[in-house]
Amino acid sequence: MAKFERKGKKELQQISTASLPDIVFMLLFFFMVSTTMRETTLMVRAQLPEATEVNKLEKKSLVSYIYIGPPTKQLQAIFGTEPRIQLNDSFKTLDDIRDFIAAEREALKEEEKPLLTTSLKVDKDTRMGIVTDVKQELRKASALKIVYAARKAE
Amino acid sequence: MARKVPEVNASSTADIAFLLLIFFLMTTTMNVDTGLTRMLPPMPDPKQKQEDVEVKRRNIFTVLINKSDRLLVRGEPMEVSMLKEKTKEFIMNPNNDPNLAEFEERELPKLGMYRVSKGVVSLQNDRGTSYDMYMKVQNELVAAYNELRNDLSMSVYGKPYGKLSKDEQEVISKAIPMRISEAEPKNVGGK
Repeated sequence: MAKFERKGKKELQQISTASLPDIVFMLLFFFMVSTTMRETTLMVRAQLPEATEVNKLEKKSLVSYIYIGPPTKQLQAIFGTEPRIQLNDSFKTLDDIRDFIAAEREALKEEEKPLLTTSLKVDKDTRMGIVTDVKQELRKASALKIVYAARKAE
Repeated sequence: MARKVPEVNASSTADIAFLLLIFFLMTTTMNVDTGLTRMLPPMPDPKQKQEDVEVKRRNIFTVLINKSDRLLVRGEPMEVSMLKEKTKEFIMNPNNDPNLAEFEERELPKLGMYRVSKGVVSLQNDRGTSYDMYMKVQNELVAAYNELRNDLSMSVYGKPYGKLSKDEQEVISKAIPMRISEAEPKNVGGK
């Protein structure tokens, strides 16, 4: 029967890729909306401790970060393994914290200045000595609202 | 007859979109910042005369952490796992134990006269205490307060504390004020 006759070698039907850009754009928008820009490159290892009673930080623009921990592997040759303080993109000493807080406060709007929050991202193997020093400096700079950054434990 | 406009080749839009996608994947982070919120005490004014606030011994719940991460609670060694229950017992003092926190009657909206605990948790740590341990203890202390607030809010409003409105939360937090004080650091022990 002619109906079922094989017409020689049939070529494979090409899959239409017309919708591929749409799919990729959808993914792109998802990531653009749900993520935030990385602001600083971490120069210290800050593996956060776990806690169950954590709450979310609401306004990210009000938060300034202080990282404390041992320098990362690549930087250990230069800076050693003692825990250090990182503000913005470089290692700083305790005396720089006051200037840092002043600068962060200056960047905020007048009505938001008292709401400035300092997030301490401290490596969990750090000793409390350096953290206490930082806290004393923050008290001197009267940046009293602090957050001990922690991961949420399940 | 209108001439047909030649179709633009759109096959490269996928490549462009992929490029953008990869760029955003590399430069952005998704982590949500979480943590324990705390207020530091303001620096004492050096001009002003230091007047010691007298707090009765029975109203203080001292928690000491030494440099080998051991706990000393009110003069007795303790495990971290016990800390939450002990703190709750201290604050609420259900059996009116003369060694645990005192109360003062206070008029509160919705609750009427409520016995507000006068207890203060005082946390002291050594310079050699590990941050991990410090956070564990902080977490347990906050957990104790949170559980008490939750219990009260469940019995008054029938909802957990986190689901209450701002005003309702204020009532509860006035009934159970979170008093965790961190002592002035003392330099004891080595690094």
